[in-house]
Amino acid sequence: MSGITKTGKSIFILAWLALLVWGIYGVFQRFTLGHRLADYGSYVTWGLWVSSYIYFIGLSAGAFLLSALIYVFRLERLERIGKTALFTAAITLVMALITIFFDLGHEWRFYKVFTSPHFSSMMAWMVWLYTAYFILILTELWLILRCDLDRLAREGGALAGLYRVLSLGWNCPEDQEKQKQCHENSIKLLRPLAAFGIPLATAFHGGVGALFATVGARALWHTPLFPILFLIGALVSGGALMLALVAIFPDIGGSEQECKAILSLLGKIVLGLICVDLLLEFAEFFVPLWSGIGPELAGLKEILLGRFWYVFWIFHIGLGSVIPIALLAFRPQSRIAAGLAGVLIAVTYLAVRLNMVIPGLITPELKGVAEAFVQPRLTFTYIPSAFEWSVLAFVVAMGIGIFFIGKRILPLESTPGQLR
Amino acid sequence: MQNENRTPHIGNAGIGNTTMNDPANGAEPDRRKLLNRMLAGAVAGGIAMAGATARASEVNAPAMPLDGPQIFAGGNHAERMRKELLEALKKPISERKWIMVIDLQKCVGCKACTISCVAENSLPPSVVYRIVTQEEVGKFPDVRRRFLPRPCMHCDNPPCVPVCPVGATWKRADGIVVIDYDQCMGCRYCITACPYNARTFDFGEYYEEKTPKITAYETAPSPEYGQNRGRPVGKDTSPKGNTRKCQFCMHRVENGMLPACVTTCIGGATYFGDLNDKTSLVHELVAQARGMRLKEELKTEPSVYYLK
Repeated sequence: MSGITKTGKSIFILAWLALLVWGIYGVFQRFTLGHRLADYGSYVTWGLWVSSYIYFIGLSAGAFLLSALIYVFRLERLERIGKTALFTAAITLVMALITIFFDLGHEWRFYKVFTSPHFSSMMAWMVWLYTAYFILILTELWLILRCDLDRLAREGGALAGLYRVLSLGWNCPEDQEKQKQCHENSIKLLRPLAAFGIPLATAFHGGVGALFATVGARALWHTPLFPILFLIGALVSGGALMLALVAIFPDIGGSEQECKAILSLLGKIVLGLICVDLLLEFAEFFVPLWSGIGPELAGLKEILLGRFWYVFWIFHIGLGSVIPIALLAFRPQSRIAAGLAGVLIAVTYLAVRLNMVIPGLITPELKGVAEAFVQPRLTFTYIPSAFEWSVLAFVVAMGIGIFFIGKRILPLESTPGQLR
Repeated sequence: MQNENRTPHIGNAGIGNTTMNDPANGAEPDRRKLLNRMLAGAVAGGIAMAGATARASEVNAPAMPLDGPQIFAGGNHAERMRKELLEALKKPISERKWIMVIDLQKCVGCKACTISCVAENSLPPSVVYRIVTQEEVGKFPDVRRRFLPRPCMHCDNPPCVPVCPVGATWKRADGIVVIDYDQCMGCRYCITACPYNARTFDFGEYYEEKTPKITAYETAPSPEYGQNRGRPVGKDTSPKGNTRKCQFCMHRVENGMLPACVTTCIGGATYFGDLNDKTSLVHELVAQARGMRLKEELKTEPSVYYLK
């Protein structure tokens, strides 16, 4: 975080600690009181946690696909951020899995998806696909870091043991020329894996979208465009996160010149993607609204004009689209503009995910269900409780913590010219 | 509407007048014969409301001869359904097909079915299997209310079943859609997939949570699925943390009893039986012209039929 004063760092650390403490309290409540403090019920049965899950999954798939493009298509201009993108994909995936773990009624039964999967369920496919995806990310990370990890282990120091463990005993030749050859071999092995990762990440994240889209009972989800929206959303939010990270930590991008070039290219990619995303979203709203009839109208109107109109208009359209588009279009050379645009898109994309999940559940399936039997959790209104936010705070604090530790101790910097 | 008008006519004006209010007592046997013939004709024509005629037989039991149409032979309709249920239980499970028929014209919206279901299954807060929705029609003073009891539809093509990632819910050979509480991990995907809002989640709560004592009623074992699972305070054991739903009171049915909502319906609006039994009351009822099912367009093929 070059350019940030000591006071700034202290404030950041304090804020992070506060987030972590609040989060740990939330997790403690989750384990002692279960779901009781959550606001979701039997009708709006998925809330902030499921939305955050698909949000983190999207960030992961986006960051991963970016890394895959770098390694498969030898995108040298972005080579420096390849390892960080992979590492970010791994962290955000872990964040997603922890979030959804807390959402389960019997969280310790998650293993049943592996021991007795039911493959007619898109959810079972999703779990199996992200397991494969997780293994792939870890393998790729190991491949690309193993030579450096071995070197660090040999150099000694307090963390030598950890590096040895992480390198899984890999021995890179000591001779410099051979070392270079060894690293090139790693990248050669990585390339087909990354290539395989592209359809895998597409299937996996498209599968998350299909998990919703295949539910015929929910008009708002049940559109063929839904899985595509998930994928484009992943690329937009994951790309924006990488944009933000490079802008905040310019050392990831190398020299000032290189960093600027990376930000400029990433900015253009994100700008293009967000425009495509908005176009698809426009189609998703425009078609049913124009016809004026249909079961999805109520949900769409709720998004646009309902109680939580600001989630769409202020967070998604204002802060998450218009301002970043303006920043990226009119200030393409500015690191601050790129960073701000990246942060805005990456953070406010949670609003998009919330609007993908919750409005699909707020319309009663039959007229009068809401009033038929009045109980606290039998309502069609939902607003995430402080407890739900606190558990999310834990996940975010944990993710930030792992990123900082990883960035500090792992050899994530890349020397350009290794892709050829 | 035609049938709604017929109900009081047969039950009160018709039979009642014959037995109590007719000053010409000498003409009574002939008139009774005539009425019986009329009733027989109505049934033969396939438009008789089984419940309405049965109710007439209950109200006027002493004056009603049992030599009338077959529908009266077994006593009231609840008794007939119970006998048919016992017969069905003699068959292998795959030869039974449990269905429910709900006569909307008889439902008065008392919600006795909802409450009896809650009591029968010891349901905790916010878990409900059978609700009764109501809709107000018209403008004051010409206002009417429509009621629609909604149990689980036990669809033949249940959208809640394939979505379960761990196969914890399935449709039995006799048509009942069940949940294995030990297998369910509480992801609630099935809740989102149900087009009837018929599944709810057990959040592990108690009605008396913020009171000095949680009484035994709340922790008492539920007879659901014949498993007698309790809900002990402080333990997150199933069915806490699980999705729950109506199972047609399987534990009662398999012991020769009708579901709780059927026996407690004050209007006799809910029928239950084996559709595979061609002579059963439910089989007669679903063939009526006013029979319908909810959201037919989804092709879920519900096992709950409504009589409009």
